[in-house]
Parts: sequence; structure tokens; C-alpha cells
Amino acid sequence: MLKIDNLQANVADKPILKGLSLTINPGEIHAIMGPNGAGKSTLGYTLGGRPGYEVTGGSVDFLGQDLLDLEPHERAAAGLFLGFQYPVEIPGVSFVQFLREAANAQRKGRGEEPLSGGEFLKLAREKAGLLRMDMDMLKRPVNVGFSGGEKKRAEMVQMGILDPKLAILDETDSGLDIDALRICGEGINAIMRAPDKAVLLITHYQRLLDYVKPDFVHVLAAGRIVKIGGPDLALRLEEEGYEAVVQETAA
Amino acid sequence: MSEVAALPTRKHEDFRYSDIDALAGVWPIAREEIVVADGGDESLQIVEDGAAAVARHLVISLGKGAKFDLRVLSAGPVYGRIAVDVRLAEGADFTLGAAQLATGSETLEVVTEVTHAGLNATSSQIVRTALAGHSVGTYLGRIAVERGADGTDAEQSVRAMLLDRTATANARPELEIYADDVKAAHGCAVGELDANGLFYLMSRGLTPPEAKRLMLQAFIAEAFTGAPGEAELSEAAIARLEAIL
Repeated sequence: MLKIDNLQANVADKPILKGLSLTINPGEIHAIMGPNGAGKSTLGYTLGGRPGYEVTGGSVDFLGQDLLDLEPHERAAAGLFLGFQYPVEIPGVSFVQFLREAANAQRKGRGEEPLSGGEFLKLAREKAGLLRMDMDMLKRPVNVGFSGGEKKRAEMVQMGILDPKLAILDETDSGLDIDALRICGEGINAIMRAPDKAVLLITHYQRLLDYVKPDFVHVLAAGRIVKIGGPDLALRLEEEGYEAVVQETAA
Repeated sequence: MSEVAALPTRKHEDFRYSDIDALAGVWPIAREEIVVADGGDESLQIVEDGAAAVARHLVISLGKGAKFDLRVLSAGPVYGRIAVDVRLAEGADFTLGAAQLATGSETLEVVTEVTHAGLNATSSQIVRTALAGHSVGTYLGRIAVERGADGTDAEQSVRAMLLDRTATANARPELEIYADDVKAAHGCAVGELDANGLFYLMSRGLTPPEAKRLMLQAFIAEAFTGAPGEAELSEAAIARLEAIL
């Protein structure tokens, strides 16, 4: 589904990703863990196509397409979803309006019929329910006045409505209390655990992985994947710390 | 504002950013007098969406406790000027919500002079301008509070969004106060669309023009909030936004 080969990327002329390779197959859940500054968020933004994240080498194939050749909205229409660590507030634009336009823009990009107002609201209500989010919150301006936890749950509602093939979730667990963490974890499972879908979780901590069991755990350090393992690797990292594991690899 | 009989030049403060050549074609500007009697409550909606140059000058007089709600959408003219002089008696209330949307080499301007002549009158002007291409958008807003007009509450909120770095926004708020216990708040900002917000919207599948239009729609809506013809104004604004993005 996603094949990243020797990806190199700069932010403000500074190399951050230095030859990162990673393959994700349909039905798999991958977690990327690593210390601050390793390049985790840069990987998410680079795959999402954020301006200012300049690819200087390597390739990314997404479902047979050259991902790096696509504009951000084309990547979304192709089935990529980027969950933001810090969801952006858009005053004056309601979630309902924004998500309906986004969903229909994606459908248009794929040559599908747009959703009617009624169809969209039904879908939104269902996905909001999954994340235990009051439908009234989706009538409010995008993320404005939302708590950290509400913003993350709203990201998952968006993911549910947009129904992507691959979700890259950048620190979805940060800013969540214990209950919200469980609700988000269950939401990810409900929406994305399917034979034709995949998830890349970017996280500092093992706790989200208690709810969303990864098939593979990658350790990212200094712009490269330095170690790959199963769910037990995340537990080891939690116990021993990144430094010990990263150094052991270097040695 | 005393209207000059001869075609003004750019040395005239109120015409400093005008397109004088275009102005010559519509000069002289007829004064449109509006009088709202004591206790009256009226509203007016002006939509200039034709391509031809247009210049209007409204002179509004509000009696005691009278209310007037004026909304302006200037979206289309190669040169569009809306000048409004308002005089408020005791307890009167005046609202102006104006949006200017321009592209190409269009020049749009709103020029207001709001005079508080009596006690406890309230006024507010909300002006939103979005400019693409080499267009110029101007708001000149003068608030005068006369001697004895104590308890005045006047506010101005002026924001312009430059969609291209080749566009120009001018804003000049002016306050002249000769009374006590006066509240006169004004805010003025010229900026660009938030790049983070645009990327966020595009990452969900909106094309760049759709993302910009959605953000600008919200920006402009502030000028039309609470207007009797809010829906119609918004629709006309969106149609123009789609054309200039």
C-alpha cells in the first residue's frame, strides 16, 4: 500500500529525514516511535505534502501512484488521511460545512456522486457517535474552543467520515486523558481495522498501543529507521528508554 | 464632508487612493439623502456586482433613537466607491457591514464619516476586504464625536486579506472626539490567509481554491452577520469569490 524508499527531506534547508525506508501492506498497523527531534512529525507532514517540507531524495509509492507527485488534496482523494498533532482552528467555518465539502471534493476527485445534505449528516452522526462526540459540536467552527482531547476526537470523526485507505496519525494520543485515549483507540480500530486499510501511528508512548495493537513497531532516530520489531519492542522502549535501544543498535 | 464641485485630485484626502480616471467617468456623484425620523428603524442593502465604474454618496441623518442598518457588497466594478456620511442624534444607532472583493486592476473604496451629534448614540462599522491580482481596496473611516455627545459608543473593525502580494490594501481610521465618557474602539489589520489553516483544509481533500474560498467566506461573513439579507449577501459574495480565486 505504502512503500517509502530511502526518503530524504529538508525543513528550512536542514536535513531531517536521512534515508528512511518503510513498507506498509494492506491490513497492517505500524507504529513509529522515537525521541524528540527524530523526524517523526516531519515524516507525517512530508507524506501529507505540507509546504516547506522539501523532499531531496528517495521515493514514496502509494497504491501504485507516486505520492510525492501529488498535491495535498490529491493525496487525500487517493485515500491518505493525516491526523494532526495540533489540529488547526478555523474560525467561522463549521465542521459540518467543511467536512461535507471535503468529502464531496474527494468524491469528485474519484469521479463519484456527491453526498446529499441528508446522507452526509447521517454519516457524520454515525461517526460522531463512534467517538462519543455530540453532533452539536460538529456544528461549531472547526476546532475553535475545543479542548485538546476534543480536537483529537474530532480528528478521528473526520477520519471516519472521509474513510481513507491509509491513516497517518501524528501523536493522536498527546493531550488525551485516560478515557479519551481509550475512545480514540477504539475509534481507530473501528474505522481503520480492515483487510484493505492500514494505519501508521506516530507516537512517543506505548499507551495508545495498548488499545491499537500494532503489527510492527519501528524506532526512528536521527532521520532513519534504526530498529524494527513487534509490539514487544514498544514495551521494551517504555522500560529501557530510547537511548539504550538506539545505542544498542548503533553498537 | 463638503463635496467638491470639480473633479478631485489625489491630493484631496478622501480621494487619495481613488482611480481618478475612472472617477471622471462617473463624476459628479449625486448625493443620496436618507432621513430616518425619531424612533425609526430602517435598513438598506447595496450590492454592486456589475463591471462598470460606480460611485455613490449616501448622506444619512438619524433622528432620536433611530436605527439604520446598512450593508454593502462591492464585488465586480472596475472602480467602486461608496461614501457614507451619517449624523446620529441622541440614542441613535448606525451599523455598517461592508465587504469588498476585487481582482485584476480593480479599485474599490468605502469612505465613511460618522458623526455622533447627540448623547448615547452607538455606531459600528465592520469592513472586510479581499484582494487578488493588482487590485486596490481602501477603507477610510472617520468618527467625529461632537461637543456634548457624551456616552457615545463607536466601534470600527477593519480587516483586509491580500490573496496576492501584488494587491494593495489601504486603511485609515480617524477619530475626532470633543465629548466625555466616549467609547471608541477600532481594530485594523491587513494580512494573508493562514497557511496552516489552508494546509489543514487541503489535507482533507479541498482543492486550493476551495480551501481559500471557505476561509474567505468566513472572513467576509463577519460583515453580514445579523443583516436582514444575510443569506442573499453571502451567496453573492461566494459567487464573486469563486470568480476571483
